[in-house]
Amino acid sequence: MGGKKPTGVETKEGITDMLFFFSSVSHSQITRLYSRFTSLDKGENGTLSREDFQRIPELAINPLGDRIINAFFPEGEDQVNFRGFMRTLAHFRPIEDNEKSKDQNGPEPLNSRSNKLHFAFRLYDLDKDDKISRDELLQVLRMMVGVNISDEQLGSIADRTIQEADQDGDCAISFAEFVKVLEKVDVEQKMSIRFLH
Amino acid sequence: MEKEIAGQHRGYFSLADIMYFAKKGCEAVAEDEVTQRFTSEELLSWNLLSRTNANFHRVSWQLTAVWVIGILIRYCLLVPFRIFLAFFSILLLVSATTVVGQFPNGRWVNYSHGCCYRENRPQKGGICVANHTSPLDVLILASDGCYSLVGQVHGGLLGLIQKSCMQTSQHVLFERSEMKDRHLVRKREHIADKAKLPILIFPEGTCINNTSVMMFKKGSFEVGGIIHPVAIKYDPRFGDAFWNSTKYSMMTYSFNVLTSWAIVCNVWYLPPMVKEEEEDAVHFANRVKAVIAARGGMSVLPWDGGLKRKKVKESFKEEQQKKYCQLVTENGFMGNGNVY
Repeated sequence: MGGKKPTGVETKEGITDMLFFFSSVSHSQITRLYSRFTSLDKGENGTLSREDFQRIPELAINPLGDRIINAFFPEGEDQVNFRGFMRTLAHFRPIEDNEKSKDQNGPEPLNSRSNKLHFAFRLYDLDKDDKISRDELLQVLRMMVGVNISDEQLGSIADRTIQEADQDGDCAISFAEFVKVLEKVDVEQKMSIRFLH
Repeated sequence: MEKEIAGQHRGYFSLADIMYFAKKGCEAVAEDEVTQRFTSEELLSWNLLSRTNANFHRVSWQLTAVWVIGILIRYCLLVPFRIFLAFFSILLLVSATTVVGQFPNGRWVNYSHGCCYRENRPQKGGICVANHTSPLDVLILASDGCYSLVGQVHGGLLGLIQKSCMQTSQHVLFERSEMKDRHLVRKREHIADKAKLPILIFPEGTCINNTSVMMFKKGSFEVGGIIHPVAIKYDPRFGDAFWNSTKYSMMTYSFNVLTSWAIVCNVWYLPPMVKEEEEDAVHFANRVKAVIAARGGMSVLPWDGGLKRKKVKESFKEEQQKKYCQLVTENGFMGNGNVY
């Protein structure tokens, strides 16, 4: 066990591959984020662990910090490589006008409105059954409010939210219902970060 | 938080609220205000030192040629001279302090105090506070006046120098992980004795990279007495003075410093400040911090420099949760019995 684990972008082919696959991000952004990735990687083994993320104070105090960190890690894994790191952050690139007229037959970019909504949906849907159940909603609510609201009050908030969103009567929120509830929300603005200055 | 979440629907929860936290979290992953202060400053234009050239771009062969010449000058000309000088001075310091330390009272040390007058220099019985970037801060201030130092005890080369200094003056050295109130008591005794040298303290508690001033620990501001703020700013064009102690040992750091172009430093002695009647120590500390940052041209951060080594406290997360609660419940308060 020696040397760095390959992150997939050491070669020019690696970078091109990235650009094609994640057409949401530009070359200079990739370089900048790579340098951020290496500075977070204290173990210097080409991957990040959950501890590496928790070292970021502003993320550690975020009520949903743990869920967000989980979003970076592939199913059942404890390490994320640079590709995975990029993939998650790519959801937050702002949607630019010129991208709207891009090739309709190509893969949908990760920062499309639909993919951004999917990202938010997955933060709720812990068991990945494509439905947000009452329990899952309660869990997230509890993380966001801490100890400041009683179980009863929180229960009512959850019930009311599901009632308003649920259209097929299964007492859970499917992705389609989620999208419908948020159709008036400016998702592009709420889920975009300017990462290059 | 208010602007983004409350927007149109203050008073109830929306499924979209999660987006605010997701965005904030990922923003912090991409770049955060705090961890960047614990590594060297990223320069806008290159100063011909390869260590500051994180994103290497080949610009032109001329620049490369200049860089090579720079290396020859720094490593072959400047370094040997500086190393010789450093070795000789350390030897002198150790032997001189051993000799002087033998004398009772150590009054001899005070005679070396220069006679030149500079406005706002810290007086006896006062506390001098400054922002901290490296142990060089101490050297620079000490070359301009005598102080009693308060600091983390180190091993190795720096430890040797510390031990030598302890022979001739009263300094307070402690273990960072065990800092407790008894140090506060010792400081109080020290400044009460007007014959003693002014204390030099770095309230940030650790080295920061000179781009911003982080939280000042309130300890020094509780003891009373006059505070003399000093702002120290290094010019990054000539060399990087920041000591990243988690990454470099003292020896490596010294070598880096010796092979830079130079260490150019601006020191401003600011007018003395005193805690006001109604003010608490934290508020006073922030006031002093703002003055130092303004003079030195650095930004102000409320974050604790201790985050370099420690995890952030849970209470900050609880504050965030409380804030959110206030936005999604009517009237902003709990316990009014309403069920939504």
